[in-house]
Parts: sequence; C-alpha cells; structure tokens
Amino acid sequence: MTTDPTPAAKAAPLTVRGLTVSYGAAPAVFSADMTVAPGAMTAIIGPNGAGKSTLLKAVLGIVPRLSGQVEVFGQPFDTQRARIAYVPQRASVDWDFPTRVIDVVQMGLYRQLGLLGRVTGRHRQLALDCLARVGMADFATRQIGQLSGGQQQRVFLARALAQGADLYLLDEPFAGVDAATEKAIIDVLKSLKAEGKTILAVHHDLSTVPDYFDRVFIINKSPVAEGAVAQAFTQDALQRAYGGRLAAGLLDQLFPQAQTAVPPAFPARPA
Amino acid sequence: MLGLGYNTLLVATGAGLLGLAAGVAGAFLYLRKRSLMSDAISHATLPGVAVAFLVMVALGGEGRALVGLLTGAALSSLAGLAIVHWLNRHTRLGEDAAIGAVLSVFFGFGIVLLTVIQTIGAGRQAGLESFLLGSTAGMLRADAWVIAAGGALALAACVVLRRPMTLVSFDPEYAATQGLSPARVDMAMMALALAVTVVGLKIVGLILIVALLILPAVAARFWTERSEAVALLAGLIGGVSGSAGAILSSLAPDLPTGPIIVLVAAAIFTVSLLLAPTRGVLAGVLAQLSFRRRVHLRQGLLALAHGHRIHEAYTQRLLRRSGLIRADGVATEAGQRAAARAALDERRWHVLRGLPDAAPVSARYDGLTPVDTLLTADQIAALDRRMAGPGGTA
Repeated sequence: MTTDPTPAAKAAPLTVRGLTVSYGAAPAVFSADMTVAPGAMTAIIGPNGAGKSTLLKAVLGIVPRLSGQVEVFGQPFDTQRARIAYVPQRASVDWDFPTRVIDVVQMGLYRQLGLLGRVTGRHRQLALDCLARVGMADFATRQIGQLSGGQQQRVFLARALAQGADLYLLDEPFAGVDAATEKAIIDVLKSLKAEGKTILAVHHDLSTVPDYFDRVFIINKSPVAEGAVAQAFTQDALQRAYGGRLAAGLLDQLFPQAQTAVPPAFPARPA
Repeated sequence: MLGLGYNTLLVATGAGLLGLAAGVAGAFLYLRKRSLMSDAISHATLPGVAVAFLVMVALGGEGRALVGLLTGAALSSLAGLAIVHWLNRHTRLGEDAAIGAVLSVFFGFGIVLLTVIQTIGAGRQAGLESFLLGSTAGMLRADAWVIAAGGALALAACVVLRRPMTLVSFDPEYAATQGLSPARVDMAMMALALAVTVVGLKIVGLILIVALLILPAVAARFWTERSEAVALLAGLIGGVSGSAGAILSSLAPDLPTGPIIVLVAAAIFTVSLLLAPTRGVLAGVLAQLSFRRRVHLRQGLLALAHGHRIHEAYTQRLLRRSGLIRADGVATEAGQRAAARAALDERRWHVLRGLPDAAPVSARYDGLTPVDTLLTADQIAALDRRMAGPGGTA
C-alpha cells in the first residue's frame, strides 16, 4: 500500500489481458483487456448476455479462464486475495439458509479468523460497524430470510466491508433494490472512494452512469470502449455495444446535445 | 450399571457416538443441499465389503476382520463417489440421476457378490448380510473401539472444518473469492459422510445409515435459525437416537438395533415437524388462524364504523364473543369505541400514505397494524392536525 516503496505499489489495482471465458463452445467473453484506474469508480456496462458478470467472475477465479492474465496491484491474483472484496448478486444464494445477518457479515472475516481462530469482541464490533455503515445495525440478529431484497444487498455489502479490502468488485449492486437502498449503497461506495479505495461494479442502468461513476468499461463479448465517462461513455460506443437494443428515448435523454437527425449508422460524438 | 448388560452398554456407547458424528456430518450435507449423496455413498459400500471378504479369504485369512471389511467398504464407496462426480461434471446427467444410477448398480453388484460368496464359501460368510441392516448381536469390544474411534475422528474433523463448510454451503462463489476451493471443501464433506457411513455399517447397516445422516439434521432445522446450532442439535439428536435406540432394542429379545435407532430418530423428527415453534406445522396453523381472526375483527369494526351490514357469520361470531356487538348485530358501547378507533386509524393511514417523506413507514401498511404502534406521539399529533386541516378527510 502507501508504505510500500516498490513500483508495484503504484500499479493499477486490476489489469486484465487477453481474457477469454467460454461456457461450452461459444465464448461468453472474448479477448478482454481492461485496466482499472486506482481510486476511481468504474462501471462495467453492456447489454444482457454481454459477459459482464462472467468477466467479473473470471477475474475472481469463480469461473475458469480459457486464456488470459489477471494482475492485482501488479502482482499475481492469488497473492492479493486479501485486498479484494466481492459483492455477488443477491439472487445467487438461498436466503432460507439458517444464519443471522451478523453471521453473514462475519463470514467476511474468514481470512482473518482461519479455521479455528476465536471470534472476539473486536471481530463482533467490526461486523456491527460495517452493518451500521450500510444502515442495518438494528438488523444484526435477524434471520436473513426476513430481509427485503434491498436489505439483503446491504448485508452483502457489509460482508465485503468487513474484509477491509482495497479493491471492491460488485455484481449489479443496484439490481432490484428500493430507492433508499440504492442511495445507501452509493453513499457507502463514494465514501470508500474518498478513502482511496477502488471500485468496479457491473451496472445495468445507463441513466445513472454519469452520476455514479468516474469511468466506464463497455463490453459486448469483447471490449467496446474504456475510459473516463466524459470520453468513453458516448452515443457511438453505446450503439456499437447495444446495437438496436437501446430505446431511442434513452439515448436522447443521455446525450441531449447530440443531433438526433444524424443517421444512426454515423452518430455524432458529443463535444 | 442401570441394570443393563455389558453388551448393551457397549452397543449403546458405540451407537451414541456414531449418531453424534452422523448428526453433525449430516447437518453439513443438509446445509449444502447434498443429503442425497449419502444414499450413493452408503449403497456403494456393499461390493467393497464382499470383495474385501474374498481377498482376505484368498490370502488365507478368516475373512471377517472388521477393519478389513470396512476398508473395502470405504474404497468401493470412494469409487462410487468418483463416478457420481465424473457423471455430473462430464456428461449431461444431473447429480440426482447420477446418484440413482450409481447407487443401484453398486448395490446390485454387491448383492451378486454376496450370493456368490454364499455358494462358494458356505458357512464362513455368515454375518456379511448383517451389513445390510446392521447387527449388534455378536459385537466385540474391539469392534466398539473401531466404531467409537471412527466416530470421534469424524466429529473432530467437523469441528475443524465447520467454517469452510458453512461458508461454501451458504455462498460457494464468495467462498471461492476467499481462497477456499468449493470443490475441495465438498470433497472433504463427502469424505466425512463416507467415514460416518463406513463406521456405521456394523451397527445400523448400509440401508439405514442414510436415515441417521439426514433425519437429525432436518429435525434440528425446525428448532433454530443458526447453522452452528443446526449442527450441534443434529449431533445431539443423532447421539440420543443412537443410544436410546440401542437400549430400547435390548429390552425385548430379537429386536433389531439399527431399525429401532432409525425409528427413534424418526420420532424426534416427527415431533419437531409438528411442534417446533415458528417453523413447525402446528405453529404455522396457529399463526394462520390468529391472522385470519385479526383480519375479520378489523374488517368487522370498519363495517360497524361505516354503518355497513356484516355478512360473514364468522365475523359476527367473533364480534359477539368479544362483546363488541349484541345478538341483534347492533354495536355495544365498547364496540362503538373500538369501531371509532379502527376508523380513525384507517384515516390516519390514508393521510400518512399520501405523504412522500413518510414512505418508509407507509411501506409497513398491511391493513392490520395500528399506525400509533409505528409513530411517536408527536408524529401522530402532526398527522391529526394535517387530517383536520384543508384537504383532510376528518
């Protein structure tokens, strides 16, 4: 981290080179290159089935890579696990599992606790603090099955916070959550950014991209565009990624300065 | 001791330890939703027992050494597990189909081998059939030690691996990001179930050991919402079933021990299913009835407040029994007060739900919860002022 004098400390939090993932014969992600900028919030956007979540899972080693390298802070992924926190889609688990909110958050402490380490008051306090940060302190002893969708998402975020990581990878954190939860989550993410942490999130709502994120990575199987929102989040790039699947009204709303009269095959780039 | 014979005490101790280990190991299988794997594991032990017997006889031994037979059982069960795993990973067969295929083929093959043994080595094989349903009649002190040691080892492994197994059971993808390999943790879990199965062959038999792995876990789930508690409670239920079953079966001559142990576990499961608080069947019925009662009472009071006729006989009965209406359907004094309160509450909710900044409270509207249990006195007062003001409905 900052005390580390080696040049690796200044390396990008996450670099992906030539990553290909395939389920069966058809590649879900093809030859993806990505460089995540430090201390920024980056959105991975693209149409349904474009491989957004798969890219994230392949980076984390949850799904096997067919080819490609992943480096975290300039080091091989495996040596940097402690610096990475993952927030999965909440639909990925069974919420009738017999466990309480606080227990789920403490799962984020597994790497600290190990097999037999005792859970002390310090660990419990840390878990409670993380819950308080997502506005769920009063729910610590609830069974997880009693939570609403937005509350489930917040618990997953609290579990990631408990890890004390430097790089946060989130899979559709705003999908199907209520407005209050969306605000709570974005507030936490922005406070993480203020602490110098790096955030990479799969995101589906194009209209909130400029408000929430600094950078975008647009993908449809292979990368379409990458960079700061002002440069990379363009009508041209979106049209190439989404094809005809974007509602015309949405583009007008996102890029009001663009000439809608221009034929869609040659869209004007905004200034 | 307790007026029980030496053999009974020996069996009860062994069965208790076995039940404890089976309950805890089975709890993790259940949490991982892989309970059915125990069926494949247990049925796949039979050919191993038969082959081990043949090998030991061929080497000039007596062929009935428990450790040798159990080693054979473990090896063939491992082969069965590997085949299920391979079928699931590399073919289009799902895990359930793979389990079905493997358990029946291995079991069938084992029965064929047993029949062959019966014809070639008549007399000496006596006792191999007891691995099907368990038998404690001729149990030796050494056998009990093998079972006790195996059970204790499996239990210790469960304690050491409880965190990885819980993590992988709840969220395998997240567990993978924490440096755990879900495949390896699953393998450890299966190895535990296999160890318990092999150890339990002698007492409960391979057909019934499945019950001892599954029943304590599902029974425990009714009583608690914490995974550690499920594992502990399952161990307790398994241990009690094992010991109590062994003792019960010794009370009358010729009662089979294994089946009695399973019946005790089944009885505990049935009691849990019916009587457990919140998750039990009875608790569910009571909650439903009480909810129905609240709905009818509320609707009846609102009807009274608005001067509507009450049509439903159940609502009328409910109001009459609560002393809120008279036999002719007219509201009593208490009934009028309750109806007025219900109507006021309904009007407050109506106003509250029209306020944009009250959205979090509004979301808790269910037609039954009185608004004054959710708001402070000053908030209620503000609500009432708004109701009385312009646009109010009061």
